Amino acid sequence: MLLSSGDLQAIWLTVRLAGIVTLILLLFGTPLAWWLARSKAWWKGPLGAVVALPLVLPPSVLGFYLLLAMGPNGPVGQFTQTLGLGLLPFTFWGLVIASVFYSLPFMVQPLQTAFEAIGERPLEVAATLRASPLDAFFTVAVPLAMPGFLTASILTFAHTVGEFGVVLMIGGNLPGVTRVASVQIYDHVEAMEYMDAHRLSAVMLVFSFLVLLALYAWRPKPVRGA
Amino acid sequence: MSGIQARFKLDWPGFTLDVDLDLPARGITALFGHSGSGKTTLLRCIAGLERAPQGQLEVLGETWQDSRQWLPTHQRSLGYVFQEASLFPHLTVLGNLRYGLKRSSDAQRVSLDQAIELLGINHLLERKPDRLSGGERQRVGMARALALSPRLLLMDEPLAALDLKRKQEILPYLERLHAELEIPVLYVSHSPDEVARLADHIVVMEAGRVMASGPLTDTLARLDLPIQLGEDAGVVLDAVVAERDAAWHLARVAFPGGSLWVRDGGHAPGQAVRVRILARDVSIALQRTTHTSIQNCLSAVVDDIADDHHPALSLIRLKVGGSPVLARLTRRAAVGLGLLPGLPVWVQIKAVALVG
Repeated sequence: MLLSSGDLQAIWLTVRLAGIVTLILLLFGTPLAWWLARSKAWWKGPLGAVVALPLVLPPSVLGFYLLLAMGPNGPVGQFTQTLGLGLLPFTFWGLVIASVFYSLPFMVQPLQTAFEAIGERPLEVAATLRASPLDAFFTVAVPLAMPGFLTASILTFAHTVGEFGVVLMIGGNLPGVTRVASVQIYDHVEAMEYMDAHRLSAVMLVFSFLVLLALYAWRPKPVRGA
Repeated sequence: MSGIQARFKLDWPGFTLDVDLDLPARGITALFGHSGSGKTTLLRCIAGLERAPQGQLEVLGETWQDSRQWLPTHQRSLGYVFQEASLFPHLTVLGNLRYGLKRSSDAQRVSLDQAIELLGINHLLERKPDRLSGGERQRVGMARALALSPRLLLMDEPLAALDLKRKQEILPYLERLHAELEIPVLYVSHSPDEVARLADHIVVMEAGRVMASGPLTDTLARLDLPIQLGEDAGVVLDAVVAERDAAWHLARVAFPGGSLWVRDGGHAPGQAVRVRILARDVSIALQRTTHTSIQNCLSAVVDDIADDHHPALSLIRLKVGGSPVLARLTRRAAVGLGLLPGLPVWVQIKAVALVG
């Protein structure tokens, strides 16, 4: 066996984390991107900037604030405690929440671009064909933005797989709970297990390359407007 | 039976729409005007794609907008044909046709098959929109709106994006639609030819206001407000082909008040056609002249006289039987002939255009 059971556990945890984060962001990022693409409100700009923040912030800064918020004295921490959920830092779900923030722009921005590209007309047409706004969203906007959905999902998944700084701040390094592949590699290097670090790094490298290859080579062509 | 009552007030930076219209419940009503005259905005207000804060809209007895309510577009029983066909690119032609049909709760006055047949798109049903020509796309767009069996059909310059050849390809379908269906149509256009060919009723718009509204023939014959369809004032008359003279390639078309010889357009006797007579092609004589090249000479009565746009010119409205005809003369000629309302005269018509 090439990879140790610890490595496999880390990979499985990484895939699970990235999958869940992608699903959550599809659910919440889509309406956010829709709103950003179509609203004319003045605070659209500031909100867009907040969504883009994780692109430029050092992950440790993001992780630090999330740690404070989810900690025993933070607002989120007090809330989860009143609900009887305990505290989120150093748990898998704490990691999920942090990753959702961290990967937010990778879901929202491609979707926003895709929605903007559709324009007003197809939705107006749908309205004249008796489709309610929600109906038109699912039967016209979503199919037309499908390339955007694919791009956004692949980017979000891949970006979550690649995170490290936020994981260290929020999740720490608990095997099977928060020890994802990137942290596992770090551990191997710390322990001077260069051979193990090599193997896992190679897996990550090949995975990342394949994902990007899929994105660039395989990318569905946008449906031509008529 | 009630028609369409539309009252809208809209204030945008640099543009104001202020209209109060009462339109008939049948036939094609052309909204005619230059670009920027507000005709498309008016159509969008009627469709609910634009929301005029002050407005009142009743369509065939159903209130779509008043001070208390505003029906969103998808709850209005309308069909809308956009300037570009705007077909859904992810659906086939049939998918496009069915999209609205599935969602419409209107009584099926027009069946899907009828719409497909009427626009001649039977052979296109399985294709995706990007495999269609511009003219075919627009026909599918029309069939899609029609298949909804709407109470009202709105068309926003459906031919403007097409070249002349494609226009000629679609116009006959529009004429069939006009002849075979009862659905009232509001047709936005800036093309004099389309209006002369299709419209029963015309609304002339300028700078967001209605300049004139009425039956096409009467409105075009108004002297207080000469409506120029294109380069010159003139009238459009509904006529029927009475006989054909194969030897000379001519056809005689009869209208209320007389008949005219026109170039044979290939129409069978009994077929309805429209003729357009421009004011500049009509001259007036007090006696019937026989030694002239002009073949169309009709007995008429002077109805009204007005100044034309140039001080040297007069515009004369004549009654040929029940039909109005406009003539443009120099004022000197009009005074020299002693033209007065009620005077019987002969009109000589140099050119008549068959418009459909």
